Amino acid sequence: MLKVDDLHVWYELKRFGLGHAGYVRAVDGVSFELNAGEAMACVGESGCGKSSLMKTILRLNKPTKGTIDFKGINVGELDGLDLRDYRSKVGFIQQDPFGALAPFMTIQQILEEPLIINGFTNAAERQSKIETIMEEVKLTPVEEILPKFPHMLSGGQQQRVVIARAMILEPDLLVADEPVSMLDASVRVEILKLLRNLQEKHNLAVIYITHDLSTVRYFSEYIFVMYAGQIVEFAPIKSLLENPTHPYTQALLEASGDPDAKNALEYKEIPPGEPPSLVNPPSGCRFHPRCKFAIKGKCDVDMPKPMPVVDGSNMAITGNKHVAACWLVEEEWKERAGLTN
Amino acid sequence: MIRWSEIRQYPSAIVGLAIIFGFILLALYAVITIPYSEALERWRGGEAVVENNPRNARPTWVNWFNQENLPPTLILDSRELPETAISYTTISDDIEEKVITMSFDYEYASFVPELTFFIEADFIEKQPFVEIFWVTPNGEEIRAGEVTPGGQEIYRPTQDDRVMRRVEANSAEVGFFLDPSLAEPTPQKGTYQVRLVGLIFEEESDFEAKLVMYGAVHGIAGTDHLRRDISVALLWGTPIAMAFGLVAALVITAANMIIAATSVWYGGWVDSAIQRVTDVNLILPGLPLLILIGTLYSRSIWVILGMVIALNIFGGGVKTYRSIFLQTRELPYIEAAQAYGAGSRRIIFRYLIPRVIPLVIPALVTSVPAFVFTEATLALLGLGDPVLPTWGKVIENARSQGALFNGYYYWMLEPAVLMMLVGVGFSLVGFALDRIFNPKLREI
Repeated sequence: MLKVDDLHVWYELKRFGLGHAGYVRAVDGVSFELNAGEAMACVGESGCGKSSLMKTILRLNKPTKGTIDFKGINVGELDGLDLRDYRSKVGFIQQDPFGALAPFMTIQQILEEPLIINGFTNAAERQSKIETIMEEVKLTPVEEILPKFPHMLSGGQQQRVVIARAMILEPDLLVADEPVSMLDASVRVEILKLLRNLQEKHNLAVIYITHDLSTVRYFSEYIFVMYAGQIVEFAPIKSLLENPTHPYTQALLEASGDPDAKNALEYKEIPPGEPPSLVNPPSGCRFHPRCKFAIKGKCDVDMPKPMPVVDGSNMAITGNKHVAACWLVEEEWKERAGLTN
Repeated sequence: MIRWSEIRQYPSAIVGLAIIFGFILLALYAVITIPYSEALERWRGGEAVVENNPRNARPTWVNWFNQENLPPTLILDSRELPETAISYTTISDDIEEKVITMSFDYEYASFVPELTFFIEADFIEKQPFVEIFWVTPNGEEIRAGEVTPGGQEIYRPTQDDRVMRRVEANSAEVGFFLDPSLAEPTPQKGTYQVRLVGLIFEEESDFEAKLVMYGAVHGIAGTDHLRRDISVALLWGTPIAMAFGLVAALVITAANMIIAATSVWYGGWVDSAIQRVTDVNLILPGLPLLILIGTLYSRSIWVILGMVIALNIFGGGVKTYRSIFLQTRELPYIEAAQAYGAGSRRIIFRYLIPRVIPLVIPALVTSVPAFVFTEATLALLGLGDPVLPTWGKVIENARSQGALFNGYYYWMLEPAVLMMLVGVGFSLVGFALDRIFNPKLREI
């Protein structure tokens, strides 16, 4: 349904507002495919290009290069009414529920806005849609909540309003940008379960963006890990959690804390240094300056291509689409080939 | 958005609201009781309109602060006298004598500033001949003049040498009232009598007389050098000042906001263009431009209002609001609105501007008096509206007539106090609103 192919999103840097001073390569050659009814998680640290990717899929940004194909429509080329039409088919759930709701509008107005904009002129029809969706996201009692302002609701209720607003136009694709990271731990699971239910009920495709690996397993079938604007590893969720292949994924998993008392005392090894500049990314593999397995003369020269990952002891290419962009994978394949020879 | 209980916490805001409400009532009162055309008529002045008004009279309320009262205007009119006060005697075939006897009580400690007879004669060929006798309370009779009225005659005894030779004073106004028993010149108190003895030489001819003793006090606001009642200008100045201030403040604030939001939302060359226009506009010398327009084109208050607005559309507000919108633009709910398809215009008017309104309302309220003062400033520079009565015009007249040197403090102070009250009223409300809308200020 959604097919992203070699997507580049570059922001131009200007010198004194006029001269060209290079590009910020926020997204640099990302490709993936998403089918209806599938949920895909996108993880990575701050500044890795997750948000730019998301905004480009929502068509808040224009792609610099590459295509986004949504049911045969080239999203990058959309304009005017076609663009509005496309946007009505993509729901957007934001991170900060309070910020995502206009503070001067009542819940009624907030939920009505997308309908008014997208040409629902019949007030009674709008009202029934609002009530249906509020029941669905469990914002009850409806009549009591509708005239309230966002600040009168709890964080969880606010996020339900955000979800209701994203769902009210009956989209095919939902983009959820860290939907639970600002919420109390106690309501996170509730919200994730709600999203999961909605996804299954409406056969939605979902892109779930997060930096929190611990919530991913509740939600998605597939996961990809982004680093410095590129996908470094793509896998079914179980495969990635059990068999992280890219050194960056490993570091990320290492860092994500499961609530366990022993973690408080343990020292965790994290990659040294900071994420690279996106204006002048490192040559070769973008992770190599921080990677403890980096191979001199190889990792810092050539950019690795995504390669199928060796699945445990299994010789064959794994049937579950697990790929990683790392020279170590190739090394391992060679090693295996050598052993069998 | 704002509750009465919040405002009630600021007594200053209550005072401010009361002042504003008072001005609104005053404006309504002015517009209802004095129709526009009548206000213009009374402000234009001219003998017919202000015949009975004294010149440079103080307001009546100065008597509250004096031990002895100043006289108000006294008018005696033969047309309003009872029939017993008028007698006709036939002297010969052609000649008839008409005697008009007017009497009045005078209980004031100071002299009448000005005294004028208006004698209106109706004849075909031969004018009537009228003699005036002035009888003081102690019975002394002064020949106060002989007049042969040709139509409408204005007779001022002070300007008549023959009368002046008969009285022992510099002016008839003093001479007619002087108490001879006292060393200090003091008016006699008691009942005076004025007798007009007229000889009529034609069957159909007749005459009527009116004596106006102009007062030293007049009305609630006094009069100016052209005998105009200042209260007309003060009353009608209220709706004009309120309209000028409110319209200017509202239009300019709204325009500034819309322009700033457009500038921020579209960004790029639109932003650059709007900001450069604003920069240029900010360095334009506003007052000289207004003087230029006033001198060369029109001094109508509405033209000036239009110019004030035009000069401020790209004013400093655009810069202020732009900085606020730059923050607002980045808020997640704007991004969400885009994501569900809101167009640029909807985002500007439904999402950006409402967010900023709480910050703007206090500034708007506080800026109203600034525009009221602008009108007065322009009037003081001689660019006031030539026909409309405004507070600024009153101040300008007072200044050009040297009101303060001549002791006519009321003339300058009345409009000044009204303007100060406008300033205080709107500022008090504005400050309170600022504290209500922007609670961070409460601690300061």
